Amino acid sequence: MCGIVGIFLKDKSLEPKLGEMLSSMLDVMCDRGPDSAGFAVYGAGEAGRVKLTLRGPEGYDFAALAEKLGSDVHLTERATHAVLSIPEAWEPDIRASLVKLAPEVTVVGAGARMELYKEVGLPTDVANRFKLAEMSGTHGIGHTRMATESAVTTNGAHPFSTGADQCLVHNGSLSNHRGVRRNLEREGVKIQTDNDSEVAAGYLTARMAQGRSLGEALEDSLNDLDGFYTFVVGTETGFGVLRDPIACKPAVMAETDKYVAFGSEYRALANLPGIENAKVWEPEPAKVYFWERAAA
Amino acid sequence: MNAGAQSNAFDLSRSTVRELNTALHGLKQGSNALFWRITHPGGLHAIAAGVDAPVTIEVDGPVGYYCGGMNKQATILVKGSAGVGVAENMMSGLVHVEGDASQAAGATAHGGSLIIDGNAAARCGISMKGIDIVVKGSVGHMSAFMAQAGTLTVFGDAGEALGDSIYEARLYVRGSVKSLGADCIEKEMRDEHKQQLFERFKLAGVDGEIDPSEFKRYGSARNLYHFHVDNASNY
Amino acid sequence: MNEHVKAPVAPRTLPRESATFDAYTLSEIRRAAATGIYDIRGAGAKRKVPHFDDLLFLGASISRYPLEGYRERCGTEVVLGTRFAKKPIELKIPITIAGMSFGSLSGPAKEALGRGASQMGTSTTTGDGGMTQEERGHSKTLVYQYLPSRYGMNPDDIRKADAIEVVIGQGAKPGGGGMLLGQKISPRVAKMRTLPEGIDQRSACRHPDWTGPDDLEIKIEELREITDWEKPIYVKVGASRPYYDTALAVKAGADVVVVDGMQGGTAATQEVFIENVGIPTLACIRNAVRALQDLGMHRKVQLIVSGGIRNGADVAKALALGADAVAIGTAALVALGDNDPKWESEYEALGTRAGAYDDWHEGRDPAGITTQDAELMKRLDPVMAGRRLANYLAVMTLEAQTIARACGKSHVHNLEPEDLVALTLESAAMAQVPLAGTNWVPGQDGRF
Repeated sequence: MCGIVGIFLKDKSLEPKLGEMLSSMLDVMCDRGPDSAGFAVYGAGEAGRVKLTLRGPEGYDFAALAEKLGSDVHLTERATHAVLSIPEAWEPDIRASLVKLAPEVTVVGAGARMELYKEVGLPTDVANRFKLAEMSGTHGIGHTRMATESAVTTNGAHPFSTGADQCLVHNGSLSNHRGVRRNLEREGVKIQTDNDSEVAAGYLTARMAQGRSLGEALEDSLNDLDGFYTFVVGTETGFGVLRDPIACKPAVMAETDKYVAFGSEYRALANLPGIENAKVWEPEPAKVYFWERAAA
Repeated sequence: MNAGAQSNAFDLSRSTVRELNTALHGLKQGSNALFWRITHPGGLHAIAAGVDAPVTIEVDGPVGYYCGGMNKQATILVKGSAGVGVAENMMSGLVHVEGDASQAAGATAHGGSLIIDGNAAARCGISMKGIDIVVKGSVGHMSAFMAQAGTLTVFGDAGEALGDSIYEARLYVRGSVKSLGADCIEKEMRDEHKQQLFERFKLAGVDGEIDPSEFKRYGSARNLYHFHVDNASNY
Repeated sequence: MNEHVKAPVAPRTLPRESATFDAYTLSEIRRAAATGIYDIRGAGAKRKVPHFDDLLFLGASISRYPLEGYRERCGTEVVLGTRFAKKPIELKIPITIAGMSFGSLSGPAKEALGRGASQMGTSTTTGDGGMTQEERGHSKTLVYQYLPSRYGMNPDDIRKADAIEVVIGQGAKPGGGGMLLGQKISPRVAKMRTLPEGIDQRSACRHPDWTGPDDLEIKIEELREITDWEKPIYVKVGASRPYYDTALAVKAGADVVVVDGMQGGTAATQEVFIENVGIPTLACIRNAVRALQDLGMHRKVQLIVSGGIRNGADVAKALALGADAVAIGTAALVALGDNDPKWESEYEALGTRAGAYDDWHEGRDPAGITTQDAELMKRLDPVMAGRRLANYLAVMTLEAQTIARACGKSHVHNLEPEDLVALTLESAAMAQVPLAGTNWVPGQDGRF
């Protein structure tokens, strides 16, 4: 099972500290999920450009790959991951080239502002490898994993991204994920791993592609997804939380005028600035919570 | 106060919960180490779990899961919030949480008192077996689920499915109840119930400030005590 | 004058019962139509499933040499709980008595189990009703179950126990909770469980204050704190997804994992639950062992297997497949005297036969074992019954040793999967051993 953390900043002045806050929260959640960890950070974007987060084998030569892809490709390397910033219009071609040139590299996330990192290993080590503490952004979510029914591999780690700037982390166990997967595959949504959480991510992305908002897609999931779950979802402008109707898996939230934070245990929130005066509560079952900032 | 009573301090940023609990479990009969002050609890788990001594333990901050688990005789004061299962399976004694309590507060507890100044989350008093719980705020969904004995008193509101599958425990709620669970019904408040409620107010230190008549009583309709096919929709 | 002449009588076909709508099924449909309630009974799955009978040992030959019986030692001891506990449990034989509650069983029956187990140097386990004085008094080694209901749970008993078994589920009903009907909620049982006398007990199927292995880890930590890290913590699951369950139990911090197959008995639950949920014991063991091996924990976190263990051959086979010990429940009750033919007339009066009686929830057991009735209980002499259990355990142990010696082993734990072959495809696939006389293990060319 797992630990989930998330922060959505209301106060812009805290943006440079986002990575630091997320990192210390992940550290506290190591016990809940020692197998692997991951996080998504919504940082700066550039008009007309898109960021692809790539993951490759240890020691992979991302620089060489970037050169082959074109001149307007900006590369930032972080351990086994790399972020390629490319013109928006190039995305389909770049993706096709990647499949041909670098089959051992996976695109783990894409979006105007989202960067996504995940690896096998102790969460603290994972955060350090990717230098999460130095990252800044408006919101971010993170996850520490204790694998239940699928293998401990990087692919099985959360967050899962099945759409631009969209990602999901999950604590719990879906009981009907195989049936939902089959339905999604018939709709043309590709689920890569055996992991139930990826099915949830794919489900929400499919609903939103059909015109549902994040909040509406989460409402839909109450009818279509079965089992025990706490979802924390990120989109380009927002951050959503949903617990299943039985709500056994833990979830704690804290809100001040500077941020909204989420943690599987209060411990994860204990070091946040101003926590002593925060409104702390446990989300109710089957109720969608989300925070969005107006489009810039 | 015993002039020889000793005060002990434990800083959990320097010592471990194991060291704390070892010291608490090692207390001998008649020991004068009656007061314990624990600082920097930082939401750690199992703080003061399994104590069996008439001591007073003050925790200066938020605790994690199962604080005061299986408590006997001790008075535990949490000056902060409590995680899942505070005072779970308590046998006797008092646990007082000044902040909020997370899920399953007082779960399966046989005796003693649990006072929560803030709100308690889902499943407060689940499977309780004799404890008295007083929540000055509200309680979450499925509270008093399968509650067998004891009392749950709520000054605020109760969430969905209060007292589902309840046995003989008594529930007193002043505010609104979102919905009642299977076999849980509102019951008449007679003088003996108001008296029982008043005793709970004393436990919580609010006697004289609150009127028992503002409370409604809930308990078992006792229809599920013997399986009958006509009740099948309740299962 | 026309006489009515009888038409020639055509031969009739033989009466033929339907395999689908057989006599048992027809009786069950009638019973359901009459009562409107599901059928409740005790014991484990009764239908035929692949089991240890389908496996055979490869005894000594020219390439392997046997040990002499009696003189050349074949050890049977096992130590459980070496991972974290300060006081692991040392047993003389690798056969323990599984959890069965006081409430489902009578006090004298629990005493008999304690006597027999202690005589043979092994442990008994409490059940869904808490610890009785008789059992703690008569069991030298007692494992205390920690169940979703938490009936009678308290720190004093937990500290008196030698080990704690966190029960997630049992083989008869993985996903189900305890059940005890009003007939057996006697005053004593009611008091222990904090229930009104004579009502039908409804038990929770999930633990009240944790769900999932991440929170189980925190719960196990609490139990260790309360018992000062002295006692081994077992985690018991009903056979369902044994690979994942075993791995998660290890990750949550268990010292011992107990896997109970569908043949494992229960005091009472719905018949459809027993027969249709959960998998055979044979189908679990290699999976559970592989999970331990993948985590580098085989023999460091011990594995106890239960569900249909009946004789020393079953014990030897379970150990050969990688278990550290087995537990018996139904077999122990039979050794005590359950379903004995000497009560045949009484079984008939109850509408059943000796060997088929399983309506234990009614509390009218002629043998006085699965009852709370004061008169019936007197029929069981706990001293005699304890001796019978000890005899049975001794026989199982000798049988297992005989087999182990024949395979050249000086300790029953040295039995390994390669000592076994299978008679059928199913058992070969489940046990992952070759079909006798071949090198073929079905299913071993890729996916499990």
